[in-house]
Amino acid sequence: MSTRQKRLLYAGLTALLLLIWVFYSANDLQTTAVLAGTVRAATLLALGAMCGMICERSGVVNIGIEGQFLLSAFAAFTVASITGSLFIGTVAGIGMGLTMGWLLAAMAVGLRVDQIIAGTVLNIAALGLTSFFYDRSRSLGIGKYTNIDLGPLADIPLIGTVLFSRPPLTYLTMALLFVVHIALFRSVWGMRTRAIGEHPGAADTVGIDVLRLRYFNVTLAGGLAGLGGSYLALEAVGTFSRAMSGGRGFLALAVMIFGRRTPFGAYAAALFFGFTTALQNQFQLNNTFDIPPQFVGMLPFVVTIVVVALSGLVGSMRDPAALGQSYEKG
Amino acid sequence: MSRSVLRVVAVPVMAVVFGVFIGALLIISQGGSPAEAYRALLVGGLGDSDAVLRTLQKATPLIFGGLAVAFAFKAGMFNIGGQGQLLVGAVFAAGIGFGIDGLPVYIHLPAALIVGAVAGALWGGIAGTLKATTGAHEVIVTIMLNFVAGNLTDWLAANPWKDNSGSNIVARTPLVENSATIPTIGAVPVGFVLAVSVSIACWLVLERTSYGFEVRSVGHNRYAAQYSGMKVGWIMSSTMAVSGLLAGLGGAVESLGVDGRFEAGVNVGLGFEGITIALLARANPLGVIPAALLVGLMEAGAARMQYKSDVAPELIDVIQALILFFVAAPIIIRWLLRIRHDDSDQLQLGAGWGKS
Repeated sequence: MSTRQKRLLYAGLTALLLLIWVFYSANDLQTTAVLAGTVRAATLLALGAMCGMICERSGVVNIGIEGQFLLSAFAAFTVASITGSLFIGTVAGIGMGLTMGWLLAAMAVGLRVDQIIAGTVLNIAALGLTSFFYDRSRSLGIGKYTNIDLGPLADIPLIGTVLFSRPPLTYLTMALLFVVHIALFRSVWGMRTRAIGEHPGAADTVGIDVLRLRYFNVTLAGGLAGLGGSYLALEAVGTFSRAMSGGRGFLALAVMIFGRRTPFGAYAAALFFGFTTALQNQFQLNNTFDIPPQFVGMLPFVVTIVVVALSGLVGSMRDPAALGQSYEKG
Repeated sequence: MSRSVLRVVAVPVMAVVFGVFIGALLIISQGGSPAEAYRALLVGGLGDSDAVLRTLQKATPLIFGGLAVAFAFKAGMFNIGGQGQLLVGAVFAAGIGFGIDGLPVYIHLPAALIVGAVAGALWGGIAGTLKATTGAHEVIVTIMLNFVAGNLTDWLAANPWKDNSGSNIVARTPLVENSATIPTIGAVPVGFVLAVSVSIACWLVLERTSYGFEVRSVGHNRYAAQYSGMKVGWIMSSTMAVSGLLAGLGGAVESLGVDGRFEAGVNVGLGFEGITIALLARANPLGVIPAALLVGLMEAGAARMQYKSDVAPELIDVIQALILFFVAAPIIIRWLLRIRHDDSDQLQLGAGWGKS
């Protein structure tokens, strides 16, 4: 990041904090509700975006995050409901995510199916399977994950409620942002991963097993989407319903692109999208403004289109060079 | 000729066979009888003239949706936005259908169909134009436009165009006028005839016109097409517009011929099934017809299957996903059937997100 960009970033952050402070003094309850809703909606998007970025940094487009969310949420909910343990349910969700990641790798890397078609297969299969096995009478019984206060931090006004009084998987996601960042940009694995996404031929020449690493990464990334599914079913909603991922797997892809395939960039983008979602919910609860909720609902999608179009025009963002291409050892 | 046809058809047919077989295993795992369930499915989709009508009605929007995806495929693009294009086509066709009265049928019906088709074309054209001018990947843009279309059509059906008759609280438009309703002749809905005609027209355009040649050239190798003087940007924008037009027409036929109105939430998922159809047809406009009839048959019979043998109708979604999987990964079927390897029948789309 250049000095100028850094200055812009700090200026933006200061303006944002000032704005929050103004709103908080005007109406503390609603401001807290909107910001807490922002963090809640951002968690799922951040997990999906991290899944997408590990795949794409390795040169594989994962358009199946939506399906990974959905089937993992189903697995997490069903197992948690049977065993009566949220933890085992979460593990099952992650396991399902890993399985689907492996399946995507098997198709896109192993069988060299077109990557976008492979992801679409995951999405359609997940919708079909979860609808088929969906049992309306099943319920969680034990209640969803509850908030954990982080000691005195939770007592800070606004920030305490928004950041330090959250359920466990939200904390885990925040921790994973750091883990993925360090792994991608400060580790040998991360360097190799970026190498096979940029120039698999060169990576192969220096002895990196391209196909094997892609297999591994796409499977591993599936685990992150699996955690997202668990979060959705066991922490955010507390039940499973048909097609409950509601397009957020696709939105996660936009968040990933918006955040330039970096964990913190993606989280910032996720917070922005989360904010529009939270705002929409708040608008629906109290008719403060005379804007139809459908138009507020369009906002994140219109913004995504504008951002994707602009980033192409400005050329500030570059895809991994080998993205979308299957690799064959020559 | 016959050998090559056999080769082309082998993979989709075997994909269907495997899909149905694994579906049978699922039925057994749920304690049901596959023979009984599939029998009910067939009777429900083919048993009498009502069943045939249902199948043809279900197949009609699938043909349009499949054509939309197939047409974009030919230019190397993936239109995953059939859902959004279908929705805007459906709502605007319904808008013309109920909003104007006193017109003769030979003006009103075509007008409603054309408005629906144009709405879809504009919706698809946005994605194509953005791709051509800024390099924004059409997959992201069309997915986002699906959500925008969902919200827009919900709003139209819930507010300005809402059906206020009686005690209606559902977000839906009033019924379209008789003069804008697509008739049914015997067991054959006229919309289905239209769909088949449009399929043939698409095939002719793609295979027998210079425009179609340019579309296919861009799909094969964009850079070679550019080098030989074709306007690649125009081809991409216009292909996506045609693709959207086809999906929009599907939505219009659905509103004017099947539902009789637009109702929010009714057509959800219809646009995505076009992907399955197009892949099953190997992106051939004529292959779309049997592919859509097959899936339409399953959808028409699903209710009877649930009623007669207590198998959840969502089973057909699973079978569709399996079919899609086997068609997308023909290597599995070729390996099982020992068909000679041939890379030409592997479908490949554009790679990457931001490349133009």
